[in-house]
Amino acid sequence: MKKLRTGSKAEAGLKNNLITLAIVVVFFAVAEILVSAGVLGSLFEGLLIPMCYYIIMAISLNLIVGILGELSLGHGGFMCVGAYVGAVFSVLMKSAIPNAGLRYALALILGGLAAGLIGVLIAIPILRLQGDYLAIVTLAFGEIIYKIIQNCYLVSDKNGLHFSFAKPIDASNLDLTSKKDILNGAMAMNGVPRSATVISSLILVVITLIVIFNVIDSRSGRAFKAIRDNRIAAESIGVHITKYKLTAFFISSFFAGIAGVIYAHSNALSANKFNYNMSILILVFVVLGGLGNIRGSIIATMILYALPEILRGFQAYRMLLYAIILIVMMILNNNEKCKAFFSGIWKKRSGKKKEDAR
Amino acid sequence: MSSFLSYFISGISLGMIYALIALGYTMVYGIAKMLNFAHGDIIMIGGFTVYTAMASGISPFFAVLLSIIVCTVLGVVIEKVAYKPLRGASSLAVLITAIGVSYLLENLALLMFGSDAKQFTSVVSMKPVTINENLVISGETIVTIIVTVIIMIALSFFVNRTKPGRAMQAVSEDKGAAQLMGINVNRTISMTFAIGSALAAVAAAFLCSAYPQISPYTGVMPGIKAFVAAVLGGIGSIPGAMIGGILLGVIEIFSKAYISTQLSDAIVFAVLIAILVIKPTGILGRKINEKV
Repeated sequence: MKKLRTGSKAEAGLKNNLITLAIVVVFFAVAEILVSAGVLGSLFEGLLIPMCYYIIMAISLNLIVGILGELSLGHGGFMCVGAYVGAVFSVLMKSAIPNAGLRYALALILGGLAAGLIGVLIAIPILRLQGDYLAIVTLAFGEIIYKIIQNCYLVSDKNGLHFSFAKPIDASNLDLTSKKDILNGAMAMNGVPRSATVISSLILVVITLIVIFNVIDSRSGRAFKAIRDNRIAAESIGVHITKYKLTAFFISSFFAGIAGVIYAHSNALSANKFNYNMSILILVFVVLGGLGNIRGSIIATMILYALPEILRGFQAYRMLLYAIILIVMMILNNNEKCKAFFSGIWKKRSGKKKEDAR
Repeated sequence: MSSFLSYFISGISLGMIYALIALGYTMVYGIAKMLNFAHGDIIMIGGFTVYTAMASGISPFFAVLLSIIVCTVLGVVIEKVAYKPLRGASSLAVLITAIGVSYLLENLALLMFGSDAKQFTSVVSMKPVTINENLVISGETIVTIIVTVIIMIALSFFVNRTKPGRAMQAVSEDKGAAQLMGINVNRTISMTFAIGSALAAVAAAFLCSAYPQISPYTGVMPGIKAFVAAVLGGIGSIPGAMIGGILLGVIEIFSKAYISTQLSDAIVFAVLIAILVIKPTGILGRKINEKV
């Protein structure tokens, strides 16, 4: 009997995951059709790639905040690592790998791995910390990463690469005719090929979703949830906390790195984009979408990312409206009285939602 | 030597400003268990109040007084409107609401004052004190240090020796038990927000006088750093916030002076990480033993 029930539960889970995937694919397909038919302006088309990398950011952060249960305020830092590693790779390999698609794919993998590595390195010292202390340390790491990248100088000339930290490279040692700035401190990085397309970004979203869904339903995913729900109980039944925390941080920052590479290949790149505001923005998506709820993260990202653009008609007031909507939504969602009021209307659906969240 | 001393003194002065802001963070955290991310923006509102008041010809002293009143009222109103309905909700929900409030204040200021930084006239008219040619202490520094020391002593007295102060300690210790002892928890929380915001207004006046500029984003970085200071000292602990703030200010000025201006923020954060790795609950934070 018990076996049968878990079987049907797994099936329900699979169905849910497929629905989520379908929502994403259908949304982008419809958006693309509407854009090409001219119903939606080109402005909207410009939102599609950012939406993809923000979705990847949100679902990867949800793995840490929602599934593992640790508040991270430094997710932007991992994105920054991925963006810069991917961008520098693409610029350096421009002539060595002429095939743009292959170069972009390699940049994605490399950027993801670099971010994942940094994620693990950061996770090691913070394993001792909990709750708000962990949050502030991730915030600190996020700020450190972008400050460090802002102080890197990398120049190529015919003699090879020249790297300098914290001070610009002495121009007298360089061959000026073949000199090319790659990283120039706090200045924006130029010359990254715009390889990211809506289709490739969408494929990356789908891959991320499939991987994250499988991780959540795997042994590791169950361990994450056990750590979240009761760390001590999980430890006492033999869940290796350190190992699983590092795994979660690796996976999460790997995908943040991928999102960063997409960003670097579709935008002008400057490190101060990845400061704490970016991390907070992603956290807002995750919390509003519902902790641990991947579909919620996606929908919240789509709505909240598009919202300031939709409100563009209000010009100066749009960010003000955004802030008010954010506050009102949080209060409506979390206040006991409001919840009781809405649960009357949403009774059927909220019962269903609870099952999803698990 | 005297340049070292002059850096040290300006570090202490900056640290005291951070400490004033950190006190607001730490008191609110201690009592409401929430990270009030909008606290930095209250500094900004305080700064703009002083700026507007002084532009319309009010004397600096009364401008600061007005700013304290505006910030206190604002802090209490924010608490009543945005945070009180979320009492008992998850701490993340409150955090996001605080971020929403922070966006709201920033954008209100953006609408009212525009995005460009404005020149701020110092509220301190004292002349700099010259000890020798390398050691000149500005009037702002001296006034900041004196006023902050007085405020800290007064605050310690208030928290440890008066009834409302003790009530605050009781609520932060155990809300339920405090209520049973006849303490009005809601009023105590409002009071904490009022005190924290008033301190932020004072900090704003000094901060904008020392770095004479103001824009809608003025409060963001000092806010984060004060938050770091509060955590450094052990969040929830009032003496911890003072020590953390001063330590942070001194480290920041020294790393600006001797290492690198651009990397000073990174160094500040690295010190925070180092201290937390050695002592996970901050310098004066209490170790919370988990019960199974």
